[in-house]
Amino acid sequence: MPQPKRDPAALDAWQDPSARPFLEIRNVTKVFDGGTYAVDDVSLSIFKGEFFSLLGASGCGKSTLLRVLAGLERPSHGRVLIEGEDITELPPYERPVNMMFQSYALFPHMTVEQNVAFGLKQERLGRGEIRERVAEMLELVRMTEFARRKPDQLSGGQRQRVALARSLAKHPKLLLLDEPLGALDRKLRERTQFELVNIQERVGTTFIMVTHDQEEAMTMSTRLAVMDAGRILQVGTPGEIYEYPGSRFVAEFIGAANVFEGRVVEAQDELLVIQSDATGGEIAMYHAQPLTVGTPVSVALRPEKLRVVEAPPADGRNWVRGRVREIGYLGDVSIYHVATEQGQTVQVQVTNRARRTAGPLTWDDTVCLAWDTEAGVVLTA
Amino acid sequence: MSGPEVTATGSTRLRRGIDRGVKSLTQGRLGRALVIALPYAWLLLFLLVPVFIVIKISLAEMALASPPYSPMLQWLEGRTLALRVHLGNYAFLWQDPLYLAAYLNSLKVAAVSTIICLLIGYPMAYGIARASPSWRIVLLMMIILPFWTSFLIRVYAWIGLLQNNGLFNNLLMGLGLIDQPLPLLHSNFAVYLGIVYSYLPFMVLPLYATLVRQDLTLLEAAADLGCPPWKSFLTITLPLSLPGVIAGSLLVFIPAVGEFVIPDLLGGPDSLMIGKILWNEFFSNRDWPVASAVAVAMLVVIVIPLLLLQRIGERQTAGESR
Repeated sequence: MPQPKRDPAALDAWQDPSARPFLEIRNVTKVFDGGTYAVDDVSLSIFKGEFFSLLGASGCGKSTLLRVLAGLERPSHGRVLIEGEDITELPPYERPVNMMFQSYALFPHMTVEQNVAFGLKQERLGRGEIRERVAEMLELVRMTEFARRKPDQLSGGQRQRVALARSLAKHPKLLLLDEPLGALDRKLRERTQFELVNIQERVGTTFIMVTHDQEEAMTMSTRLAVMDAGRILQVGTPGEIYEYPGSRFVAEFIGAANVFEGRVVEAQDELLVIQSDATGGEIAMYHAQPLTVGTPVSVALRPEKLRVVEAPPADGRNWVRGRVREIGYLGDVSIYHVATEQGQTVQVQVTNRARRTAGPLTWDDTVCLAWDTEAGVVLTA
Repeated sequence: MSGPEVTATGSTRLRRGIDRGVKSLTQGRLGRALVIALPYAWLLLFLLVPVFIVIKISLAEMALASPPYSPMLQWLEGRTLALRVHLGNYAFLWQDPLYLAAYLNSLKVAAVSTIICLLIGYPMAYGIARASPSWRIVLLMMIILPFWTSFLIRVYAWIGLLQNNGLFNNLLMGLGLIDQPLPLLHSNFAVYLGIVYSYLPFMVLPLYATLVRQDLTLLEAAADLGCPPWKSFLTITLPLSLPGVIAGSLLVFIPAVGEFVIPDLLGGPDSLMIGKILWNEFFSNRDWPVASAVAVAMLVVIVIPLLLLQRIGERQTAGESR
């Protein structure tokens, strides 16, 4: 999937140690009445102009965290600061923050125009200015011709755009989006992803989006945070998260991963040699942090980083033998499920370079899978 | 030889036939028509026909006969069929200020009672709709509970509470707040009290039904857009509950206009209401034609505001439905 083009200056705000974060979440915890920790000691810094995603399965606390930022939930502990100003105690209607709700929450008794104007009216702006701003917003989401319609006369995609226009109309410093594309069908969702990123670039507002769709998060975000059970597991750019997952959970949650467990038997500088029962041999892999011999580790390998080879590599490392069990033909690529002799199923992705309907491999073929020393990640968690 | 087989297929065929019949009854056009036609036939027979009989009587003259009014159709000299329409009763209603005053007073009492019911009922319905689900059941039960006693008995009970040596007066005098009993009973106050008390559930229940269905994320969205809670009540909650307000108001207003029992039992000589006039015309004066004219005029008086409100309600729900 192509990545939307981004302004390079906005990309590395979080890499600049002197940059002041725009939004700071400090040790926020939200405990619900039953004693469940929906959000558990979360700290995050988000910079101006970012498109930040909170990614996780349903019930991981990402929506609760978003509602804390909107002021719809009060955190049990912790503070929220925008540009250094503590907004933890501010009610939602006094925050410089707007939210686009998952259900869109459009007012059914108001027209599109009135919905978009609602927030502006609360600011007691002049009538002319409100009209101007509404027109500008409807133009932005290409809904001008539907201004006089009521929400029930719109399609799902149109409602989504009205909700976006309404939440952007007040020029908030921070826009929160709760599963903004969740209710759209696949084709529309893909188109809207780019549109949303383009709009974000144009208005320059900081966006925080909650999503359970990892592809969506990868495509749209400048950075993302993977959440599980109320905690943040990893924060990084889509590339960092995909190529350098910090834990087995992240590796398996973002994309597919083949994980081989083993034990470090040799550690020379950054090159580790791992004895793995799962491959029945040794795995050599680079790892930045020093590890002592004997540490139990797992090695995560993405399906596209495995190669189907005729014979095991000469050095006898970094390979596994198995039998093809399933073939998933996706057109551009094929996914093979290979059952190893050690009893694990390994996914391997092969690009279909030549045009043919039947691949070079077929069911029950015995194959060797090999990989490079830079192909995988060594995980200790 | 093949006897038992034949009976077997015969019985399955029969059963299939019955199944198909039941299916067509419940799913088919015939079934749907029947389900709709039965209640309509009932309404036609016991509502529309009597209304036409009343209209017919209202166009007759009083007569010392049984029934006590002149016939509408009559054979003259055996050959000609005469149709006699007598509009005098309606003219009489218009000329005698008593009737007009009674109509206006009925409308006033009904309107004021409806507004009071709305003012009391809306917060109640709102409170119930926003309560926790387990509390909701208890609170709704308390609204419905009075229906388990007869309406008449409940109105009678107010006599015991309001009369000169009733509970309220005794309590107030016991506390030394008043020296003489307050004339609570047989007053307009008692009529309002009785109507509001009796019809409050009819206001609360439809209001509750619309309020409990409301999407609370709309209020969150309003707050998010900078609208404080009091204002979001006025701009979101209240307009969206308008269908409930209209339904509840009609359920209170319509029966209150024609209310007879409450003004008769709790009202005084000056609480003139059209229901009471109707009763007097019918049973004291035994003037069936005038009584029928009073009834028909009342119907018109009620139907006009009803149609107006219905129109508003339809427009509102049309905008709300998705």
